[in-house]
Amino acid sequence: MLVLACGAIAREVMALIRLNGLDHLDLACLPAILHNTPDRIAPALRAAIAKHQPNYDRIIVGYGDCGTGGEIDRVCAETGATRLPGAHCYAFFSGVETFDAVAEDEIAAFYLTDFLARQFDAFVTRPLGLDRHPELRDIYFGNYEKLVYLAQTDDPKLTEAAQAAADRLGLAFERRQTGYGDLVPALQDA
Amino acid sequence: MSDEEEDLILSELNDEELVEQMMDDLYDGMKPEIEEGVNILLERGWAPYRILTEALVAGMTIVGNDFRDGILFVPEVLLSANAMKGGMAILKPLLAETGAPRMGKMVIGTVKGDIHDIGKNLVAMMMEGAGFEVVDLGINNPVENYLEALEQEQPDILGMSALLTTTMPYMKVVIDTMVEKGLRDDYVVLVGGAPLNEEFGKAIGADGYCRDAAVAVEMAKDFIKRRHNQMTAS
Repeated sequence: MLVLACGAIAREVMALIRLNGLDHLDLACLPAILHNTPDRIAPALRAAIAKHQPNYDRIIVGYGDCGTGGEIDRVCAETGATRLPGAHCYAFFSGVETFDAVAEDEIAAFYLTDFLARQFDAFVTRPLGLDRHPELRDIYFGNYEKLVYLAQTDDPKLTEAAQAAADRLGLAFERRQTGYGDLVPALQDA
Repeated sequence: MSDEEEDLILSELNDEELVEQMMDDLYDGMKPEIEEGVNILLERGWAPYRILTEALVAGMTIVGNDFRDGILFVPEVLLSANAMKGGMAILKPLLAETGAPRMGKMVIGTVKGDIHDIGKNLVAMMMEGAGFEVVDLGINNPVENYLEALEQEQPDILGMSALLTTTMPYMKVVIDTMVEKGLRDDYVVLVGGAPLNEEFGKAIGADGYCRDAAVAVEMAKDFIKRRHNQMTAS
């Protein structure tokens, strides 16, 4: 069985395969940076599924909806693949039910995961041009109130990085330990 | 940038050169230069509407096209938009006084649960640039806000924006409520936002899905023209 995942959760999927002895699962990844152009995710996924499908009886798509407006679900329906629950990795790391319950009250929250805390400059600062044009910060983030770091692991360096990101964006900071959330049963039950 | 460009004095350029330079400056997101150019053209007796269309909107159209074609990216577009905003701030109060043509009126807002407004703001600005009066409801709008604004403002067009897959279905809530209240056919409803597509727009009963700000303007103009033709025919 293959987990065809976004590069942004590769480390977490690998950790769970190792920790839980899920040796029947292989992992292949698509570049995480596709998230900055969500319209490119579904076509890339379709091509990757076509490439891997002859070698696996089942493919689990390691994505949420990820801002594709249902396109990933359409690819899954076309190809018989199944995907992880929830709209985003924020949701399945938090636990979809928990995330959905607070989402309505947290519309002004900007979420980071371990991956995004680690890669903040490459995935947020530079693509948004904030390194070259810091004056754009409030155009992007002026409506946000807080940065919520959903921590998969307990790494003080990542917490520090997430806190620094919040400071740079001018947002309040909150750390929430989530662990791997719904990713665990999704892989264990696969 | 060459020394020659650094030394460029806008007021020494003739009208044609100045407009061309303003389009370059807009492309490069140079807000103070755009403001200066607008003021120079006003001093030379240009009508505000002419400055708006020939310098700012024309320049921003190039920016929009290059964004669509993958030559420019979001940060550059935002800088250009910010420069245009600077010019618009000078022109806006003068447009009404000087009898600028009015295309129609639009109420626009981001839907409930969504705080993203970059695309919505670009659309609002380009619509104003095209001669529409725009009433911007801001972000996180429940259906009541839209209905109240429709009643108060009596616009021709309602625009709704959403960036999230989780919030875009709310557009249907608004449209369904308009249908329930018998208001739907009184307005042109345009929708837009990154996760949307034409199919979604049709499925929720919108009149049009706008891929970007330029499409929104063209579609709005087209619907207004059709409305006028229908009114004339009847």
